[in-house]
Amino acid sequence: MKSTVPESVTPPRPLSSLTPGTRGVVVEIRIPAEHRSRLLEMGVLVGTPIELVRFAPLGDPVEIKVRGYHLSLRKHEADLVLLRVNS
Amino acid sequence: MAIASKAASPLRVVLTGNPNCGKTTLFNSLTGLRARVGNYAGVTVERKEGTILGLTSQRPVRLLDLPGTYSLSPQSPDEQIARDVLFVQLPEVPEPDLVLVVVDASNLQRNLYYATQVIELGHPTWVVLNMVDVARENGLELNVPSLSAALGIPVFPIVASTGEGLPALRTALDHETHRAGPLPEPRSFTELTESFGKEAESIESLLETELPERKRLAMAEAVLLLSDDRVLNTHAGKYPETIAFAIAAARNRLEAAGVDWRSAAIEARYARAAAIQMAVTTETSPPGETLSDRLDRVLTHRVWGLLIFVLIMGLMFQSLFTFAELPKSWLEAGVNALSSWVESSLPPGDFTSLLSSGIIQGVGSVITFLPQICFLFLFLSVLEDTGYMARAAFLMDRLMSRVGLHGKSFIPMLSSFACAIPGLMATRTIDSPKDRLVTMLIAPLMSCSARLPVYTVLIAACIPTRRLFGIFGLPGLTLLGMYLLGIAGALGMAWVFKRTLLRGEPSPMILELPPYKRPSLLVLFRHMWERSRLFLRRAGTVILAINILLWFLVSYPKISGSPAAETDRPTDQMRQSFAGRAGRFIEPVLIPLGFDWKIGIGIIASFAAREVFVSTLSVVYNVENEKAGSPSVANLANTLKAEKWPDGRPVYTPLTGITLMVFYVFALQCVSTVVVMRRESNSWKWPLFQLAYMTGLAWVLAFLTYQLGRACGWN
Ligand SMILES: Nc1nc2c(ncn2[C@@H]2O[C@H](COP(=O)(O)OP(=O)(O)O)[C@@H](O)[C@H]2O)c(=O)[nH]1
Ligand SMILES: [Mg+2]
Repeated sequence: MKSTVPESVTPPRPLSSLTPGTRGVVVEIRIPAEHRSRLLEMGVLVGTPIELVRFAPLGDPVEIKVRGYHLSLRKHEADLVLLRVNS
Repeated sequence: MAIASKAASPLRVVLTGNPNCGKTTLFNSLTGLRARVGNYAGVTVERKEGTILGLTSQRPVRLLDLPGTYSLSPQSPDEQIARDVLFVQLPEVPEPDLVLVVVDASNLQRNLYYATQVIELGHPTWVVLNMVDVARENGLELNVPSLSAALGIPVFPIVASTGEGLPALRTALDHETHRAGPLPEPRSFTELTESFGKEAESIESLLETELPERKRLAMAEAVLLLSDDRVLNTHAGKYPETIAFAIAAARNRLEAAGVDWRSAAIEARYARAAAIQMAVTTETSPPGETLSDRLDRVLTHRVWGLLIFVLIMGLMFQSLFTFAELPKSWLEAGVNALSSWVESSLPPGDFTSLLSSGIIQGVGSVITFLPQICFLFLFLSVLEDTGYMARAAFLMDRLMSRVGLHGKSFIPMLSSFACAIPGLMATRTIDSPKDRLVTMLIAPLMSCSARLPVYTVLIAACIPTRRLFGIFGLPGLTLLGMYLLGIAGALGMAWVFKRTLLRGEPSPMILELPPYKRPSLLVLFRHMWERSRLFLRRAGTVILAINILLWFLVSYPKISGSPAAETDRPTDQMRQSFAGRAGRFIEPVLIPLGFDWKIGIGIIASFAAREVFVSTLSVVYNVENEKAGSPSVANLANTLKAEKWPDGRPVYTPLTGITLMVFYVFALQCVSTVVVMRRESNSWKWPLFQLAYMTGLAWVLAFLTYQLGRACGWN
């Protein structure tokens, strides 16, 4: 799965910088290790496909779709989740 | 004989699963209408237990509904309870004979992540595959036999909300009551990397020797202990030191080898969960936008979403404030009628007074909260069961995070406008203990409905009915000002607490937005009734006792009879009483605020409940009451206007009125809040701290108001 994504074409982008409707695959999670566990347990792992669904009306938090369900996280965390966007 | 005693011991079944997977709905349809609701010792986590109905077996089957959990590495008190029950680490819950893991068929991967963790614990376990109707609607067909084969345990497809599939589950439970089969073989759903697996095995053998009674789940426990950096802190004392050392050493070795011990097991388990999900799912129609997605496009829309949110919150506030006011006023009228009937039909004396003013009014002050509490719980249940609660937090998180709070703090704060007691209870949905505590500490600063009578009387007595810019009446503006002051105070104090006393890592808001569901009416009303009853039983008794104490303080010691001054008796009695003496005793503290000792009595007596201030003042100033009951606001206000200091200045100037209202905005003048805070925080420390900080704040701000007002020549 991972090897099919061309490495050189698109540089990884923070989840929070995407526009609603964009899909991508997580390539790195820069949240400090101690705070990462809940996000991992909710299924957001390196290699997981994610769709950015929308931003909340006041701009924060963001809503994503992962493993078939909807999850919201603050921009602060979404800044630290890097995705390779499918073209 | 042996058979009879075996029949008497119940089969203990435990219900567990992710939040929102339908556990409570299943619990209700299996146990019917009789369940025992309580709390786990030492925490306010709800404990629901009941007997399964409709079985033919003589042996009773007891069902325990655990709080919803995403994993066995707990992140909140709720999740900790679920983990501890499954690990048989909670003395009050014996080892389960059977575990039912509820799995949401429409969200299989993440639910299997948890289900496989539970299966590995080695208890006899079945999977209850719920929401198959939702999965069908989403175009997913699940192959139940192959899921059962992949997990190695029985799987029962059901629709908990309609009862579909429940007969098969009941039949299987019936069989289980007279089964003495062997325990299941230990299973593992995580293919661990070699280095991580080796470390886990060495911890496993250490656990087997140190904790032989839990030998069977040693491997599952070893993997969890190794990858969870919090559990050894939260469960200090439950694991021997040698284990903590071994785990620290193992983690160091793994880190040196470049293995991330936090994520290794999670990744392996998700890989397995995803493989199982793909193998058992057939897509019958291409995935498209679900009804829930379409609803969300409106309900979380930039404009419509916020508008609808404001409407829903307005309706909730309105129902707490106005609709509940009607039954509340009936109850109050009933209590007053009963107490005056007692007074008129029994011979006057201490006993009659105790009965009518102490006990009946005390019981009254508890049950008059009931309509508001019922409405609140009904609303909260609707918001939670439909899935809207998560959206409310999603919409409000930005605002609340400005002062360091969580989106989930919004609803408790809003509820506190009606009454701080339901507000405190509504904080139970907040996971982070620190955020919950901060919300509880500031919730009573929101102006509750009991402050309204106080504001009304003081505004009528002190604030001139002038207009500002021709449209805004000064009285209305004052009232609005007091509400805004309370909100500002609450947000300000939240900001302060989050930076000082309860500083901590900002808890990330990782919140599931579950699909919208149609809630079941029966479940809603049951919830409302169970939670309200718990409130009556637990808080009611203490509130009653304290009311009786306050009755004693205003009634004793008795003045010796001087029949000449019959009309002045209540006023004299008040002055003579312990409360009156206390009022005069605290007068030196009140003088800098511009209050006299009579206001002091009002403040002391209204500690039972703020609205008592009004009735106390009318006794202190001996206002002619209308026979029917409550003193008329206009009469009291006129009396107050005429009240003079010994040197002839009026007592109730606009400045005094504002100062007194500022005092009431911030002071924690409510026994019931203190008692409920004690229950919800499980210690006397926090209610006493809250009492101290709010009273201190009230005094300081009242002092500043009065002194600044005087300095500006306003009087
Ligand atoms: N369509 C459908 N809805 C369900 C089913 N089971 C539960 N629900 C609804 O899902 C919501 C959450 O259920 P609840 O029992 O409170 O979940 P819990 O958080 O696991 O206790 C409620 O509104 C239920 O009415 C089901 O099988 N099908
Ligand atoms: Mg539930």
